[in-house]
Amino acid sequence: MAAAGPVFADDAKPADQSLLDKGMALFDSGKLLATGGVSQLEGAGGGGLSAWALISGYGTRDGAGINGHVTYVDVNDYSLWSEGAAVGLFDRVELSYAHTSFNTEDVGAALGLGKNYKFDMDVYGAKVKIAGDAVYDQDEWLPQIAVGVQYKHNNRGAIIHAIGGKSDSGTDYYVAATKLFLAESLLVDATLRETKANQFGILGFGGDKHGNYSTQFEGSAAYLISRKFALGAEYRTKPNNLGIAREDDVWDLFAAYFLNKNISLTAAYVDLGNIVIKNSQHGIYLSLQAGF
Amino acid sequence: MKIRKLGLAVALTVWGVALCMATAHAADDTLYHDLGERPGITRIVDNMITHVLSDDRIKTHFEDTNIDRLKGMLVNYFQKTVGGPDVYKGSTDMAVIHRGMHLRNADFNAVVEDLQKGMDESGVPFATQNRFLALLAPKQKAIVSR
Repeated sequence: MAAAGPVFADDAKPADQSLLDKGMALFDSGKLLATGGVSQLEGAGGGGLSAWALISGYGTRDGAGINGHVTYVDVNDYSLWSEGAAVGLFDRVELSYAHTSFNTEDVGAALGLGKNYKFDMDVYGAKVKIAGDAVYDQDEWLPQIAVGVQYKHNNRGAIIHAIGGKSDSGTDYYVAATKLFLAESLLVDATLRETKANQFGILGFGGDKHGNYSTQFEGSAAYLISRKFALGAEYRTKPNNLGIAREDDVWDLFAAYFLNKNISLTAAYVDLGNIVIKNSQHGIYLSLQAGF
Repeated sequence: MKIRKLGLAVALTVWGVALCMATAHAADDTLYHDLGERPGITRIVDNMITHVLSDDRIKTHFEDTNIDRLKGMLVNYFQKTVGGPDVYKGSTDMAVIHRGMHLRNADFNAVVEDLQKGMDESGVPFATQNRFLALLAPKQKAIVSR
């Protein structure tokens, strides 16, 4: 096969590079396909529901990557949009932002809030890889380990207090361990999260039943069918802080398609369990990611 | 509720199977056979090097390289690595071999991608490719020096 395009030999000479060229060269797209994961609901690199230890984007340890996502979740009685972006720096640090908008649809009317009443939330995240390499350490048991933080602020403080929530903002802390078992084409993650969040924070933080942090678990496994296609499952436990409504664990079965290093699509069947007055909320999860 | 319980069971089973498969990480003496033995590995290397030499990201590293000799070394090294007959005469110290090349991680991954393309063209199934790549991935630490 011939080279795909013309060759500019001069590009290899650092002396000819302007500052802008050098800056753009940081976005080296040097990581292997799919090894940046996708964006989870709260904006961190991970699966759909769980945060992983992988650093978002395709920047190597010498570069940077940036990644935007738009996610839509539609379950029986509610829907949710999440949009955001994550920057991966030197395959070491990840900074992320996500805005989630939870639509109560007809339930909002039933509760006297109004049809399509929305709970909006901003999530600012940071993650640092502290040990291991999920991809290269195939001769070791040590997974890639990262610690992360997500500061969340909800715009419905008054309602949250009215239903027994303690606060309209909260901070989650997590430690994630991710391992690619390459010989088995299998990626596994286990994450522990310290959180006060009710329904991810959509219903605020802390509650009348339980006001403090609790330790929650997130587990994921993904089987790589091809370089572009992965099938997997996730499970995430949540606290049960509010007296007005039981809160369930959530899980999903997902398929992720990596068209190339710039675009990926994730589709999932997701079960969010009970949300306020509605049981068994299950449906679809669709996410589009774009980056460089 | 039934669907929910079923889903939970499926999710936990996948998770369990994942961990079991992961622990079954054993020595793999059939990989040499699965890659098509020496003729298969030779074809893979030929395909891979064709891609490497036209890969703008890394081809400058091979400007002064004796390509036929490189191919021969790679075939012998891969053959040994995957459990085939050991006829490799070169150094197995990847840091020594790549000293002075000042390779970045992106260079390493570029070669991996070219190897993957080479295996695709040779019809090596994805799962088999990954068994092979799992043996090469740990060399990254020694090869990438910059």
